[in-house]
Amino acid sequence: MEITGNRRILTAREAGLVACRRCARVWPMGTTECGRCGARLQSRDTGSLGRVWALWIAGLICYIPANIYPMLVTQTLLDTSKSTIVGGAVDLLHHGAVGVAVIILVASVLIPMGKFLAIAYLALSVHRGSNLSSGRRHHVYEMVEFIGRWSMIDVFVVAILSSLVQLSVVASIHPGPAALTFALSVVCTMLSAQSFDSRMFWDEDAPQRKL
Amino acid sequence: MTHSDLALEDLIACPQCDALYTARMPEIGERAVCERCHTVLIAPRRKAGLRIIALTLTVLILVISALFFPFLTIHVQGFANQASIMDTASSFGSGALLLLSLATAAMIVLIPLLRMVLVLYVLTPIVMNLPPYAHARHAFRLSQELKPWAMAEIFAIGCAVALVKVASLASIGFGPAFWMFSALVVIVLFNDMYLCNWSVWKSLETDES
Repeated sequence: MEITGNRRILTAREAGLVACRRCARVWPMGTTECGRCGARLQSRDTGSLGRVWALWIAGLICYIPANIYPMLVTQTLLDTSKSTIVGGAVDLLHHGAVGVAVIILVASVLIPMGKFLAIAYLALSVHRGSNLSSGRRHHVYEMVEFIGRWSMIDVFVVAILSSLVQLSVVASIHPGPAALTFALSVVCTMLSAQSFDSRMFWDEDAPQRKL
Repeated sequence: MTHSDLALEDLIACPQCDALYTARMPEIGERAVCERCHTVLIAPRRKAGLRIIALTLTVLILVISALFFPFLTIHVQGFANQASIMDTASSFGSGALLLLSLATAAMIVLIPLLRMVLVLYVLTPIVMNLPPYAHARHAFRLSQELKPWAMAEIFAIGCAVALVKVASLASIGFGPAFWMFSALVVIVLFNDMYLCNWSVWKSLETDES
């Protein structure tokens, strides 16, 4: 790979070009549709932050009932017990299954919370600037993108348990309403992260701003 | 230096940070990586097309047959039950949770399957040096857009977690579908590693013009 021009990295925008984010082809500034893959072209997706925030808020709203309502309803001969995400993990801890409890807590509490904070921080940093370098923020963004899907693990666990544990009167497991709102929350935050135009982190490195 | 003297198709811009480079095919086994944000831009592999097609066909066969075999079985105090992947996907039942059933079925079976079909559709003519099929560009775009929503590997880890949860209460058996699914997860990972987006777009471009 050769850098065109001198040592400082030139961006497509500075060269008067607009890049396709999907197939990496460049076109003269002002082109609206990529002639190769058909994606919509925009040098910087300035409207993206609106979408990021809208989906972020929707995700946060869904995340609240996901933690209040039960995720799993377990019926046995003697009783019916409902467990929330955190409650279920605490039960596992009492049973000594520390590893699984940690996986559940990380996937369903730590990752979603971290994602909400990270996306909010990144979105704010585009306007207000940040102490973190562009590269650092880009790393955070990539982490959010990569890790977001893994929160779905808890929904799948509920699906597997409720299809497998159907043992007549002895024991049965059913999904609770939190499974739906939790899944919606994961989908919203995934879409929120995808809406982000990561090129905006790097624009403050441009010489115009530094002068 | 201006770019007016360079043809636009010889340039490549990093989709993540907009850095502009002159695209040059790296040596086999090497990758072109963005110097600024370290996004992989070009990563061609020798005979990648053929490998991807072979692996994709395997995945297709595995997914379809995994649907029909039991996935996990459970025994406790004389009671037994088995669940297929389809049972799992439809376990959320009625009402609003039905929506979740559809989403689960899509994420663990339909979308991975659809991606495989799209990749086959796009790559087969490229590998055979034929002109691309109709709408190959749309097909490839769709397959890329669906990538984050194909969650077979997450489902596989979910199985492991579910197993540990139940293991103390009952004895669990693995059905054939479980092993098919495990193999599939590994193959899908390899497949994505072999696929170089830039090379595919490049060949779709030259072949259609």
